[in-house]
Amino acid sequence: MPEKQNHHDLQPSNSQQLEKAGLAFLVGFTTLLCFQLLGEVSVRLINIPVPGPVIGLIMLLVCLFVRQKRGAPELGSVISASSTLLTHLSLLFVPASVGVITHLQTLSEQWQPIAVSLLAASIVTLTVTAFSLKCFIFMMKKKLPE
Amino acid sequence: MQQADLDILWVYLTTSPLAGLTITLLAYLFAYWVQVKSNAHPLANTVLISAIVIVIALLLTDTSYQDYFEGAQFIHFLLGPATVALAIPLYRQLADMRQYLLPVFLSVMVGIVAGTLTIILISRELGADLATQMSLSVRSVTAPVAMGIAEQIGGIASLSVVMVLITGVFGAVFGGKILRLLGIQSDMVIAIAMGNNSHGIGTARAFTINQRKGAYAALAMALAVVLNALLLPWLVTLV
Repeated sequence: MPEKQNHHDLQPSNSQQLEKAGLAFLVGFTTLLCFQLLGEVSVRLINIPVPGPVIGLIMLLVCLFVRQKRGAPELGSVISASSTLLTHLSLLFVPASVGVITHLQTLSEQWQPIAVSLLAASIVTLTVTAFSLKCFIFMMKKKLPE
Repeated sequence: MQQADLDILWVYLTTSPLAGLTITLLAYLFAYWVQVKSNAHPLANTVLISAIVIVIALLLTDTSYQDYFEGAQFIHFLLGPATVALAIPLYRQLADMRQYLLPVFLSVMVGIVAGTLTIILISRELGADLATQMSLSVRSVTAPVAMGIAEQIGGIASLSVVMVLITGVFGAVFGGKILRLLGIQSDMVIAIAMGNNSHGIGTARAFTINQRKGAYAALAMALAVVLNALLLPWLVTLV
């Protein structure tokens, strides 16, 4: 992958830089879609109840580690596409969130059990996860970062 | 302009995907502006603010969710590649995290078991019907996966997404505060608890703080997806 040299170029003009960044994003985004496609195809072929993108994530992760082992350069394009998508990850949850509007009736009929149980379960999961993690780290005599 | 012209314009706006897509981006940019202006106050959650703005707009214009989603689906679709993209922060941080993998795995599992038993017992006690209980039980799994598990165990897919989102936003807004009040100081521990409880939305919140916290939350979220998919069908029959 040639985009590694980006930073070493001798002061390319602004438009050249923009062109390169645009191409890097395009290549990176295409790579992400290819891995998602691979994931979607594999879950259907081997029939496992895990979503395709999660398998795609694992495949990309394995691919990155294999490249690292071989001493291949980092995939700058995938990194640029990934950080663009992830810095505004919240945006991607908005369309599904608006779906609340289709369940206003169930929510108003059963709001009490829903609200109380969601609140309690969230507090339980947060605290149990946090305290058991502290506990396990302590038991394994590891240092807690920060 | 004639009334008939306005009607035609209105039909165009409600049937073309352009309006749904544009309002989603406008609402998000507004929410992002609020977040920046409030110095990233946890209550200024971008998902929460955007959703409220859009729901109000849909109710005022009497637009159905289906019509809105015609446009918004283009953004929704990006959740797939964004999930794959989580490989990058995980790859960057995994060397750091390697020594914590076992404790993280165990604590995520304990957290899931405790949370699932809590939600089933409390919601049943307070009179939620079985379909609602099952839809509630997947609340900590990222939305696209939650829908699949909910259907498998007798919940309602779209209702389960609502529970997932409420849990996500609640954890993103209050999770860090609650844990700090209880004396947890480590950013890593907080990020993992947020990722486990509040999946993608908690992870998105962690990413606004820094890539490192985001990676920890993403690791917990990924583990939670796999563990919930394996444990939930069995856990919900237990109580």
